[in-house]
This record gives sequence, C-alpha cells and structure tokens, in this order.
Amino acid sequence: MTEFTPLASLAGGALIGLSAVLLMAFEGRIAGISGIAGRLLPPYEDAGFRSRLAFVIGLIAAPLAYGFATGAPVTQTVSSNVALMVAAGLLVGFGSVYGNGCTSGHGVCGLSRLSARSLVATIVFMATAFVTVFATRHVL
Amino acid sequence: MSILINLVIGLLFGVGLVISGMSDPAKVLNFLDVFGTWDPSLAFVMGGAVIVAFIGYRFVLKRDKPLLADRFHLPTRTDIDSRILIGPAIFGIGWGLGGFCPGPALTALSLGAIGTLAFVPAMLIGMWGARMIGALPQPRRA
Repeated sequence: MTEFTPLASLAGGALIGLSAVLLMAFEGRIAGISGIAGRLLPPYEDAGFRSRLAFVIGLIAAPLAYGFATGAPVTQTVSSNVALMVAAGLLVGFGSVYGNGCTSGHGVCGLSRLSARSLVATIVFMATAFVTVFATRHVL
Repeated sequence: MSILINLVIGLLFGVGLVISGMSDPAKVLNFLDVFGTWDPSLAFVMGGAVIVAFIGYRFVLKRDKPLLADRFHLPTRTDIDSRILIGPAIFGIGWGLGGFCPGPALTALSLGAIGTLAFVPAMLIGMWGARMIGALPQPRRA
C-alpha cells in the first residue's frame, strides 16, 4: 500500500508542467525526457548537447536538492531484483525512443498540445502498463 | 546561459517528480494496480502537469520565438504509423515491470537503490539500440 496523496501529487505535477512551459519559453523545445536523454547517446546530431546534459544533471540532482532544502529524506521502494530491473530498463529505453516519447513527452507535453499521435501513444503505454501489472500481480 | 537555464529547469522537473511521488516505483505500480492496492495519486500528477502545460503553452506559443533559440521546435507529424503503436506498447510493459519511466529513473539515480542502478544503464542501452535502428528519430517529440 502507498498513501493517497492528491495534493502533493497535484503540486508536483504542476511543477512538472511549469518546467515544460519554461523549456518551451526559453529553448522552444518539448520537455520529453526520453528525447533529451536519448540524444545524449550516439548517433550524435545537432548542437545543444551540453544544454541537454545540464537538464539531465538537474534531474539527477533534484532529490539531493529537495532533501537539502526540506531536511526530509526522499523515500522510495525499488525492486532489488536486478534481472527484472535490467529487463524493464531495456524495454523502457527502447520503447520510449522507438515510439518518440514517454510519459513526459507524449503524456504531459503531447496531450497539452492536443496531439493525436501523443494521445494514441499515451493510451497504448497506459494500457500495456496496466495489463503488465495486472498480469504480474494477479495472474502469475 | 542556456546551460544554466537547462540545469534549473531540469532541477524543477526533478523536484516535481519527487514531490508528486513519481520517483517512487512502489507508488507508480500501485497506480497501475487498479484491481489491487490502487493508489490514484498519479492521475493527479498527470492532471496538474497537463493543466499547467496546456495553459502555459498557449501563452508561450503566441510569441514569435523562444527567449534563447531562433524558433520553436514542435513535432509536426500527425500520422499514426507502426512506431507510435509499437514503441509505447514496449515502453508500457517495461514501465509496468519496473515502475520507472525515463525521468523518474534518472531522478532516482542519486538515491542509489540497487534496482535503479541496474535499470538506468539498461535503459540507456535500450535507447541507444532504438536510435541505431531508427538512425535518427523524426521531429522532437519527447
């Protein structure tokens, strides 16, 4: 069980939305993490590598900054099944780049832009995620 | 300037992931477990993010160009091809197995859980593989 946190989740979500708006305002780009992270890998393309790297460093530093600012440790529960997490990572990495987007690019930015492609993508990944969790928790 | 701005925006994004609970795979998996220990919180994350981005984009895109770039880079494709179905389907399975999507996985890296340390390199290898197959992804979509 995890606690139902509507207000914190809404506030955190609003902050994610604000980041997406700021990235569009300053750089004119979609705040999709799979695209930002994926373009740090070969084959290398256009400029902006250092800016994207800075974004990712900010992302990685966030829990440390949050913990430092609030004094509250960031809690999480991650499976320690290494084989499972490697498989999950491969699928997430491959699928998000192959489909040009993940939860942030298609889910947040795409839906906000009323993109039909992003709506389709979001419905598909939500559906397979729900089915996967149902299968692993209630069937297998 | 661009580097500093990106660092701050990335930091904000990550703090949003932490506050909202997205960086905790247990919470994500409970959101996806409608018939079990369902925790609807993540619907509020998506709701908050989409509402703010929807309104904010309206204002930002009225401008001629971004503050630090010469033009807006918006995805232009509208067709539904096989990649937009296959990619998200594979991504969703991985998300349901591990409880991590790319952003939260990177944000959780500094918390140092063994599962995260296994997940992130595998994710990068998967991304690299998809980039090699697709050579270059089309318009910046995510």
